[in-house]
Amino acid sequence: MKVRKNVAISDSGFLFNPSSGDSYSVNPIGQEIIQMLQEEKSELEILDYILKEYMIDKNTVEKDLYDFLNMLKNYKLTE
Amino acid sequence: MEKKQYERPIIKSLNQGLMNKFGSRTEYTPMTHIDGCAVKDLLEEYGSPLFVMSERKIRDNYRNTKRIFETRYPKVQFAWSYKTNYLNAVCNVFHQEGSWGEVVSRFEYEKALNNGVPGNKILFNGPDKTDDDLRAAIKNDSPIHIDHLDELYRLTEIATELNVNPRVAIRVNMDTGIYPMWDRFGFNYENGQAWDAVNKIMANGKLKLVGLHCHIGTFMLAPNAYGIAATKMADLAKSIKNRYNKMVSYIDMGGGFASKNTLKGSYGLGADSVPEISQYAEAICSALLNAGFDNDELPYLYLETGRALIDDAGFLLGSVISNKRLSDGRRATILDFGVNIMFTSFWYDHKISPAQEFGQHTEDSVLYGPLCMNIDVIRENVTLPPLKAGDQVVVHTVGAYNITQSMQFIALRPAVVMIDMKGEPHVIKTKEVLETLEKGEVLPDYLSKFSL
Ligand SMILES: Cc1ncc(COP(=O)(O)O)c(C=O)c1O
Repeated sequence: MKVRKNVAISDSGFLFNPSSGDSYSVNPIGQEIIQMLQEEKSELEILDYILKEYMIDKNTVEKDLYDFLNMLKNYKLTE
Repeated sequence: MEKKQYERPIIKSLNQGLMNKFGSRTEYTPMTHIDGCAVKDLLEEYGSPLFVMSERKIRDNYRNTKRIFETRYPKVQFAWSYKTNYLNAVCNVFHQEGSWGEVVSRFEYEKALNNGVPGNKILFNGPDKTDDDLRAAIKNDSPIHIDHLDELYRLTEIATELNVNPRVAIRVNMDTGIYPMWDRFGFNYENGQAWDAVNKIMANGKLKLVGLHCHIGTFMLAPNAYGIAATKMADLAKSIKNRYNKMVSYIDMGGGFASKNTLKGSYGLGADSVPEISQYAEAICSALLNAGFDNDELPYLYLETGRALIDDAGFLLGSVISNKRLSDGRRATILDFGVNIMFTSFWYDHKISPAQEFGQHTEDSVLYGPLCMNIDVIRENVTLPPLKAGDQVVVHTVGAYNITQSMQFIALRPAVVMIDMKGEPHVIKTKEVLETLEKGEVLPDYLSKFSL
């Protein structure tokens, strides 16, 4: 899964999709995930990264990541 | 290297967000402590969910309300509305503050007596008083507030039989410009029923008419309606005086002042938009003072204020069971308490705060209870930080009616704790267990055995 290249995200977590004109707010961990997706990292790599960086268990991350990626798809931010 | 604190990744559409300008920051400011007690510790000690009452808040509310009325009218007496919250500890805080009792059923009446309220300081309201209830009230010299003609006749018969003169008031209903009009209780003012009831009482001479009572509605957002009601009550009192040369000793204005809750569908948060107590007080007191009573005959003003004195002194603490994504993309959070113990979630959008610190980001969510039924919705739409299983929340302004109207359904009901003036928690009702539930159940012998 890839996030559209033209989707712009600011340091403060403000995300803008020029194709639709819609804007979103994303929390810091969400920003990191979107960045990794734009760098074409795989879901597995992202999962590993989160487990390494954050105090959290694998089941929770899997569930939350799955949900987050679905929301990106829902908002038509992926290609 | 120290790992970072995790927060679920969230993305929120701002196009939607702009519409929702009342998802204000105050809604999700974390509430980690109540009167100095950590929410986390309370839940660990007493289990989740848990009702918490703040004694400090109750006393503050009472003293404040009493002061507001007493600075406007010289003779004020409060009677605690038992049905609003009849946990003995709660009632006794009010009684310690000087409040009498107001009851609408026999068991509430017994509760007030057991709590030590003198019989002549318990106002007995309600449409359903049995002969036995009436006899008990007569014996204890409690003012009986007559609801309908059948009760008036019955009470007259009992008084004749016992050869006593019970103290009574009549409940009056009236048009105060408020819709719907509460005309099912008591005698109507405009169509002459109330005056007729007065004449019947005066004619038979058996009952001592000591007061007039009304309760014009609940969560009344128009203080002016109380002004109209007080004026009509005063007019009735003056008519009695003119016709019979007898002055009633009190006018009881009932309850109904709005609490700091947000009615569903209303614009803005309740805490900012409901009238102040002083507005109700001003309306009532100026109507009574301007009614033209002789100074030495000014009636007492009785008040049966319920929700406005207790609602914001009650909190419900609970925990997140799980998160879901609904088929339409909305976030759903499942909590460990349901509408069975939060009856008022059917008409209020209760304020809910997380009980732990969070980042800046929030998302819109629907909050469900744990009951296996579709109507178990605590909030249809609330803006909260991302909550995960095990996180804790505080529901605000649940001190009125939730405990007394709670149902035992699927889940056992939680404990209730009161935090005292020094910040010490006390259990004032223990958590239900299976035995609580089965007390009173009888299993016929022939059903006691089976083989599967
Ligand atoms: C007779 C009477 N008095 C007092 C109250 C207390 O009302 P509130 O809690 O709205 O102040 C009620 C509530 O229904 C009532 O019926």
